[in-house]
Amino acid sequence: MSRLTGSTVLRGVAGVTGLLVVLEAAGRTGLLDTTYLPLASTVLARAGELAVDPEFLADAGASVEAWFWALALTVALAVPAGLLLGVARPAEVAVRPLVEFLRPIPSVALIPLAILLFQDQMHMRMSVAVYAATWPVLINTIYGVRDVDPLAKETLRSFGFGPAAVVLRVVLPSAAPFIALGVRLAASVAIILVVTAEVVAGGTGGVGVFINRAGSGNRVDQMMAATAWVGLFGIAVNALLVGAEKRLFRWHHTRTAGVS
Amino acid sequence: MSRRIGRAVTGLWIIPVVLIAWEAATRTAAQPYFPAPSAIAVRVQELWFSGPLSRALLTDDAIDAFAPSLGRLFAGWLLASAAGILLGMAIGRSARLADYLDPMLQFGRAIPPPLLVPIFFALFQIGTATQLAIIVFGVIWPVLLNTADGCRTVDRQYLETARVFGFSRADLLWRVVLPAALPKIFAGLRLSLSLALILMVVSELVGSTSGIGYGLLTAQQNFLFVDVWAYIVLLGVLGFLLNASFLALESRILSWHQRAKRTI
Amino acid sequence: MLELVDLSHSYGSYRAIDKVNLTVAQGEVVCVVGPSGCGKSTLLRSIAGLIKPTGGRVLLDGRPVRSTPDNLAVVFQDYSRSLYPWLSALANVSLPLRRKGLDRRAREDAAMAALTEVGLAAAAGKYPWEMSGGMQQRVSIARALAYRPSLLLMDEPFGSVDAQTREELEDLVLRVCAHHGMTILLITHDVDESVYVGDRVVVLSKAPGHVVGDLPVDLPGPRDQIRTRELDAFVRLRAEVGRMVRGRHNNHELETM
Repeated sequence: MSRLTGSTVLRGVAGVTGLLVVLEAAGRTGLLDTTYLPLASTVLARAGELAVDPEFLADAGASVEAWFWALALTVALAVPAGLLLGVARPAEVAVRPLVEFLRPIPSVALIPLAILLFQDQMHMRMSVAVYAATWPVLINTIYGVRDVDPLAKETLRSFGFGPAAVVLRVVLPSAAPFIALGVRLAASVAIILVVTAEVVAGGTGGVGVFINRAGSGNRVDQMMAATAWVGLFGIAVNALLVGAEKRLFRWHHTRTAGVS
Repeated sequence: MSRRIGRAVTGLWIIPVVLIAWEAATRTAAQPYFPAPSAIAVRVQELWFSGPLSRALLTDDAIDAFAPSLGRLFAGWLLASAAGILLGMAIGRSARLADYLDPMLQFGRAIPPPLLVPIFFALFQIGTATQLAIIVFGVIWPVLLNTADGCRTVDRQYLETARVFGFSRADLLWRVVLPAALPKIFAGLRLSLSLALILMVVSELVGSTSGIGYGLLTAQQNFLFVDVWAYIVLLGVLGFLLNASFLALESRILSWHQRAKRTI
Repeated sequence: MLELVDLSHSYGSYRAIDKVNLTVAQGEVVCVVGPSGCGKSTLLRSIAGLIKPTGGRVLLDGRPVRSTPDNLAVVFQDYSRSLYPWLSALANVSLPLRRKGLDRRAREDAAMAALTEVGLAAAAGKYPWEMSGGMQQRVSIARALAYRPSLLLMDEPFGSVDAQTREELEDLVLRVCAHHGMTILLITHDVDESVYVGDRVVVLSKAPGHVVGDLPVDLPGPRDQIRTRELDAFVRLRAEVGRMVRGRHNNHELETM
């Protein structure tokens, strides 16, 4: 991924084009039944249409909104909790079994419960997303705090700084790259959970609901186009966050690169 | 050894504390949405574990629900793992192939796997084969990408040693590249296993007439709160057991890796 | 048996070695010594067929080296990464013997014999990470021995072990190789070691490396860590090689300043 040379990009483009051409040809020659599986060109055209389709954009907006607030809520809850557990070792030891039992619960299993518990569909979607997205943030924060160089802490303490100053000036900055990684993972998880909740629970608004609606109208082309947009949104968010991490934590990257 | 187990057990004190607090809270609140854990436990036992001793206490309902779900889960995961490892090795060993496929792989990985469920159900008949296809298609990515990454980043010294001693291509692949990539492959396999459980549940929630997810859906639609909670506990235990058994397997197979890391 | 003719190699515009000429006779132990960054590793990797030199030729038994020759073994400096951690010592030593067409039994016997020669018979079932650095490098040497190469290349083989282990390993190599009549090309940056181990010391200049000295080592064998190093001849040779390595280096610095 780091070596983006001309030939690499060219081959990537060739690979994608090749696949699309093969799929298109398979559809046109009747190798694939186009009444079921739409032509590649149809899906692409549909994706283009969706980009300016007010109905789809409204649905996408609802999903993005649920996703954004779920992620914000996750960070607001999991980062302080992680800092606390990371600093207070005994608390972390005590809570760890609880985490070990809660984390493997497949988050989608909570969707039916959330349907019963939350009247507001937005809250329902957010709740399952927050549950699933909490773990990567929490665990990476704890790990980041644990990873803080004890020498740096000692140094500050020897200059007479109190524990609050130590957390603020040493622990938080040096745990920040790990927290950022956790947030990036949580962002992808939250996307998945929001659209899954929409698909499973239905309701009004949301890309998942759009996909369900397209499905009941047997519009596979629309389903695929909408799914492609969700995938692209995920790629864009990930790229954005990776870029931000690289800018903000250049020192961290050089350090880990030196280790490995 | 026994002391270590003893310490591990006493380290779990938080579990009974939380259970008691949960019990007390639900009893005082007396809300139908939040049944007491004791009630949930009783329901779990009634639903699935009150069968004859000869069948490990499993009830008919349990066998009817578990067998198709677990069958699809494991079959899908194993198929995806085999395919993912083979494809990943090919991609990891050929920079050219990786160049051609990279954009598609990145895109494939970014598609939320649960969205495959409505699409596959629209394309194919609702049924076991389709559910299997959903699991295979949805969980192959972590295995494939991790295998490719592991095979691509094999230590240069390992490869040069193999070249100096003239290893055959097959020996290089199976005795050097594959073991060297194994730690990353296992990380991918573990992720895929938890993803397979999620897809099993989603596919059963959306379009199925059997399995654990279907049972959960029926419970929710009939407002059987205790049953919904019981299903969640069941799936949680299942997730925990899958993860724990996989970790046990991994630490057996990768003992050289974990211990080698510790000494460096 | 080994002949380098005008061997040169550049990485892009950086010339690592430049027109190295060197001949090694059957049964000889030749040490190549030079300052760090003189292209020693490039030289070794060209001979082993791991890189394709950009100029000149490598002849092994009169035939040009294209890919890695099958009668050549290498002992690398970094033992922790040249032994496979997923294999036991015995499996590490016997794996390369698959190329020799031996059956499993014969491979294990040969590997066991080699491990016995380096004094590790008891550790055959151990894994690399259960061993000290010195033991791991012994396994590495055993692997090369079991392979029965006519030419053994050693790339700073004792660079990563402590001083005492280093002396033990030097003596081990001298003893075992004399026993098998093996030809050795040993690369080192340690002047002392080159004189102690070698029948001949070849001195490379700073990059782009080329041969600036080729001295026969005329010391009575078998060598002994204490007595050999006391000999006047040893001290004189060491000083001479040291001056070649360092003197050249200093001149270079003066020139560039």
